[in-house]
Amino acid sequence: MSVKIENLSFAYGTHQVLKNISLEVGDGTLVNVLGPNGTGKSTLFRCILGLYTSYHGSIIVNGKDISKLNIRERAREMAFIPQSHKPVYDYDVVDVVLMSSGAGSGAFFSPKKAHVDRALDALERVGIGHLAHRPYTRISGGEQQLVLIARALAQNANTIIMDEPTSALDYGNTVRVLSCVRQLSTEGLTVIQSTHQPDQAFLYADKTLVLFEGEVLAYGSPKDAITAELISKIYGVEVEVNSLHDDRVRVCVPKIEIGR
Amino acid sequence: MSNSTTDRKQNYRDRKTAIILIGLGICLVILAIFSFLVGRFPISPDKVVGILASGIVPVDQFWTDQEAIIFFNVRLPRVLLAMLVGCSLSAAGAAYQGTFQNPLVSPDILGASQGAAFGAAVAILLGFASFGISVMAFSFAIVTVLLVIAVAQAARGNQVLTVVLAGVMISSLFSAGVSFTKLIADPSDQLPAITYWLMGSLTGAKPSDVTMVLPFMVVGLVTLFVLKWRINILTMGDEEAATMGVNTKALRLIIIIAATIVTAASVSVTGMIGWVGLVIPHLSRMLIGSDYRKLMPASMLMGACFLLLVDDVSRLATTAEIPIGILTAFIGAPFFLYLITREGKKR
Repeated sequence: MSVKIENLSFAYGTHQVLKNISLEVGDGTLVNVLGPNGTGKSTLFRCILGLYTSYHGSIIVNGKDISKLNIRERAREMAFIPQSHKPVYDYDVVDVVLMSSGAGSGAFFSPKKAHVDRALDALERVGIGHLAHRPYTRISGGEQQLVLIARALAQNANTIIMDEPTSALDYGNTVRVLSCVRQLSTEGLTVIQSTHQPDQAFLYADKTLVLFEGEVLAYGSPKDAITAELISKIYGVEVEVNSLHDDRVRVCVPKIEIGR
Repeated sequence: MSNSTTDRKQNYRDRKTAIILIGLGICLVILAIFSFLVGRFPISPDKVVGILASGIVPVDQFWTDQEAIIFFNVRLPRVLLAMLVGCSLSAAGAAYQGTFQNPLVSPDILGASQGAAFGAAVAILLGFASFGISVMAFSFAIVTVLLVIAVAQAARGNQVLTVVLAGVMISSLFSAGVSFTKLIADPSDQLPAITYWLMGSLTGAKPSDVTMVLPFMVVGLVTLFVLKWRINILTMGDEEAATMGVNTKALRLIIIIAATIVTAASVSVTGMIGWVGLVIPHLSRMLIGSDYRKLMPASMLMGACFLLLVDDVSRLATTAEIPIGILTAFIGAPFFLYLITREGKKR
């Protein structure tokens, strides 16, 4: 069991954000987390990653209670992929990936050739080995996101958390990034990612977690979890769920646009 | 095939880095030797070599005693101090720019300089000698930054923002304190002493100045050098760095303390020398890239070179020496403006 959460609650001051969340994510599972803005997706991720520690309940990752791990031990279990962003300083792509070696083994740590090799391998694995020595700020947003995925891979963690990895990407880059993530999950990694697109959850997920107002509204296979009623409820938009290609793919269409 | 290409590129980059760093090292040695020669009492190169060698092997004295005294008591401490202070301010500037993820930050961002200035001004008012002034400046610089850290710890929210805000506020407090000491200072001797101190100068560098600041600078500089790889990770932001196994709070605190110690040590013996800590890391970044594994040593070497050079200019330009703090600003400010407009053009 990769991630096991029991009775997780979290509040910012008096504002209750997560309410009694329990769920289990099996090894090698790709989970999409769906829910409107401000519903607690990022807070849930930050709790799992150990960035927020004042939660109630328990979070077990790869069999270890994360509240009992130190920062370095947590980084061995989980990697985080943020939205691609422009760093203040310009590093070569391989050096960005190299940062996954973190604080390393001691005070005098600096990455060795083995770490560089691992970084280059990770870049090859996501298909952008040729970008290794290009400046990170001068590649496309999709490529930057792939670099961050490579960085998470080089961290050698079993579980990867992604916060809206494609929200700033164009359609082509979105498809490329999500297929890459899908491929990694079939190779055995557990991936938990948030998204705003129900269609993405249909295409690129083993399981869908629907969060609404800090509670789990649904959790299961995308086809079971995402219904027209549920989408209407959480987003306040009436939709129709249609199936394509003998129900191998499903899409949501806003009803208001069908009637025109 | 792609692997061998990458390897070759990697080797090429490593070689380029090594060439730049060695080049900077050679520059530093040449500048240092040149700096021994020039000044109001020029000493010829053969005599400098002779005096230096006499410390290690017995050499027949072919220089005057006066030249030896000038060399050991005036020139040598001044050259060493210029190198140490240039190195310290640049390393501190580079470290702060990394930890605060802001390229416009300089070593006085947390109020070390203003705190030191206030300490020195109070010491001058109390009639302390130069040693007392240095001790007061150093202590106040450290206390100021500790105060900033304490305030930032008590405040809620983004750690980077609260530290910088607290720094700016407390800095302005001490700046007002300096103004107040000037107001009540005796205009015939104390006021000019304070004003002159604030300008920053290497004139009158003594051997005791070097021995006083050396231990602090060595500790701080070694710390910053050792942590250079982690500063890279810190520039990606606290949350990302934490998920990569870096204890950001502890790391930032250690870097701030180390950078503050070297800044305080510098300011305590030379007064306020601006711009070095801001401009040199930028120049180094243009030369060698942003990777702190290369940037930190490059900044240290370039800072030492720069301050030696500016000090030579200050010694040679006029008979009445221009304080180095003024010269660095004359060179630093236009360069900074150039940087801003260049950034604008890129967009």
